Amino acid sequence: MQRILFIIRKEFLQIFRNRFMVPIIFVVPVVQLIILVNAATLEMKNIRISIVDNDNSSVSHGLSDHIVHSPFFKFVPQEGNNLNLALRRMEKDQTDAILVFPDRFSESIHKGQPADLQLLINAINGMKAGITSSYVAQIIRNYFASSANELNVNASVQPGKTIHQVRISPLFWYNPELNYKIFMVPAILVILVTLTGALLAGLNLVREKEMGTIEQINVTPIGKFEFLAGKLIPFLIIALAELAFGLVMGKILFRIPILGSLLLLFGVVVVYLILVQSLSLLISTVSNTQQQAMFLIFFFMLIFIMTSGIFTPVESMPVIAQKLDWLNPVFYLMRMIRMILLKGSTLKDILPYILPMTGYAATMFLIAVRAYRKTT
Amino acid sequence: MKPFLGFVRKEFYHILRDYRTLLVLFGMPVAQMLIFGFVISTEIRNVNIAVYDQSNDTYTRQITDKLLSSGFFRLHQRIQSPGQIQQAFRSGKVKEVIVYESDFAGKLLRSGLANVQIIADASDANQAHMMVGYTTEIILSCMASWNKNVPSPVNVQIKPRMLYNENLSSAFMFVPGTMAMILMLICTLMTSISIVREKETGSMEVLLASPLRPFQIIGGKVLPYIVLSLINAVSVIFLGVFVFGVPVHGSFFLLFVECLLYISLALSVGIFISTVTSSQQLALFLSMLILMLPTILLSGFIFPVESMPTILQWLCHLMPPKYFITILKNVMLKGTGIDTVWRETIVLLGMTILFMSMSIKRFQIRL
Repeated sequence: MQRILFIIRKEFLQIFRNRFMVPIIFVVPVVQLIILVNAATLEMKNIRISIVDNDNSSVSHGLSDHIVHSPFFKFVPQEGNNLNLALRRMEKDQTDAILVFPDRFSESIHKGQPADLQLLINAINGMKAGITSSYVAQIIRNYFASSANELNVNASVQPGKTIHQVRISPLFWYNPELNYKIFMVPAILVILVTLTGALLAGLNLVREKEMGTIEQINVTPIGKFEFLAGKLIPFLIIALAELAFGLVMGKILFRIPILGSLLLLFGVVVVYLILVQSLSLLISTVSNTQQQAMFLIFFFMLIFIMTSGIFTPVESMPVIAQKLDWLNPVFYLMRMIRMILLKGSTLKDILPYILPMTGYAATMFLIAVRAYRKTT
Repeated sequence: MKPFLGFVRKEFYHILRDYRTLLVLFGMPVAQMLIFGFVISTEIRNVNIAVYDQSNDTYTRQITDKLLSSGFFRLHQRIQSPGQIQQAFRSGKVKEVIVYESDFAGKLLRSGLANVQIIADASDANQAHMMVGYTTEIILSCMASWNKNVPSPVNVQIKPRMLYNENLSSAFMFVPGTMAMILMLICTLMTSISIVREKETGSMEVLLASPLRPFQIIGGKVLPYIVLSLINAVSVIFLGVFVFGVPVHGSFFLLFVECLLYISLALSVGIFISTVTSSQQLALFLSMLILMLPTILLSGFIFPVESMPTILQWLCHLMPPKYFITILKNVMLKGTGIDTVWRETIVLLGMTILFMSMSIKRFQIRL
């Protein structure tokens, strides 16, 4: 036991003597948290739209007004009512969408005939294009719903027939303002904890190998288990400190809710860190240089993070990928941290995730210990 | 010239003998493309919902059936009491609960108005928004089918036309994005590390004492990575064209020149990092934390730049990948020529010159 303490002390001394390490461990994550959380929004605002009005009536003006004043769109005024000019603008990436009113648009509406509106969208970003089209549709639907009477529409409801209406009232639980940041803060915390915990621990071991100092440790009576535990614990403590720090920053800067028990959260993160650190120690025992270790760790981290449900729901992935996600450490924490912080889930709620993760962590640590060789 | 060639050969041996790194270098773009193409999707598909049907009549069953047959939703459980709703959300299994009021059909037929409530788990705001949108759409279409005999007063059809990407394929976003990211990663990370490594292991002294001039050392370090990056760029485009059906409308020559320009920019950033750092760990962390994540997130690759706060939008203009992605989209997808991308090209060129001159100024020939 005492030997572990010695290694831990040595590691801490080494980390804090490096004058670049401390700012990197504590300042960079905060900057990242601020930048990334603000950047990571899938909300669509300021979609640039041009309008080509060949109808030039009160209906088309009224509708244009509604679109121009909606918070989703930024109107790009254009000289001349020319579709080709507007298309040229889209080519130069000065506008995202073009709404075209055909001539006789209002005439058809007043007569109660079907009228067509054309909407041209730059669809290179498919998701954005889909959202743009649904926003425009929504605005147009609302406009006609509220002003149908003023338009003197000839067709009216025939007597004797009632319209069956369903009133739909959506309720957004846990996040009534649909604030996307609340969703992203826990995710960014997961990434930061993973990067500091896993990457630092892994690189640290392989660095000793590359520099040759590992020989000195190998000739001491320190056992494999003690050595790996001694490498693991300092970065575990640093990562936990960083998590606490990040939570405080998240609470102050973004007012994220902390509904569940913090004790539970930290317990979960400890198990998680043991898991990812064992994985990265395993990678570093099989690699010879920091470059190799880093690239291998980076390769797996990228795949793990992307498929963890960080930006996109896991449920939308193919079934095979969902099954494989049970091997993805980041998936477990990504799910649990959001459940605990945002929904106040208790230990009973997260049991289906915490149990397999604990087993996984224990297995990986034992494998890492076994794989480590004191002889070179 | 001969010592230089010898040095380049040594560098190639270094890289080619490290088969693990090589595997990752060539495997990474492929894995990433496959993940973006086949695994990740922002679409709503098979979301688990729960139904709390207090009425259970033909109308509510019709709505539920239609929801479940849409492919967006999957029934996870039927809820019997209001208390179960909270429990369902907390366990994380259910993302949306549909609540029909009691005597739904009766109210609908008698007074013409019945209530349905959609409760969404909005901890994922984006998904919640989309789920509620789809659910509303489906209920409205049910309503429309019940009202078939009643003509609606206004009949406006919107005909959207998706330009440049008719099928709304997500590959049109991730192919340029992946390319920008991979090239940045290989060039910046690899070069920065490979020079610092010579410093850290002490072999830099040998290099500096050799007859090689500083620019030859840097050139020799950089050349292999240019080759690797070009191979990767070609493989990404190849996968994009043949697996994901992304077209290359513009000129291949222009595309190639722009790739070269971007690669040299990334390389000069890498060299700059290696001149200011002393250990691999530090170089790595600088590249990862300061370059990698922001370049993925601030380049408009995943998240739209227009929705960010103004300060961040300014910051986005400092990110090289943003310009490169714009160029790629214009040249590959819109098929436009240099006349639409000359501004971005000049910016990239300027950045390259800036980083190059800064690193030459800082490169020390003594230890």
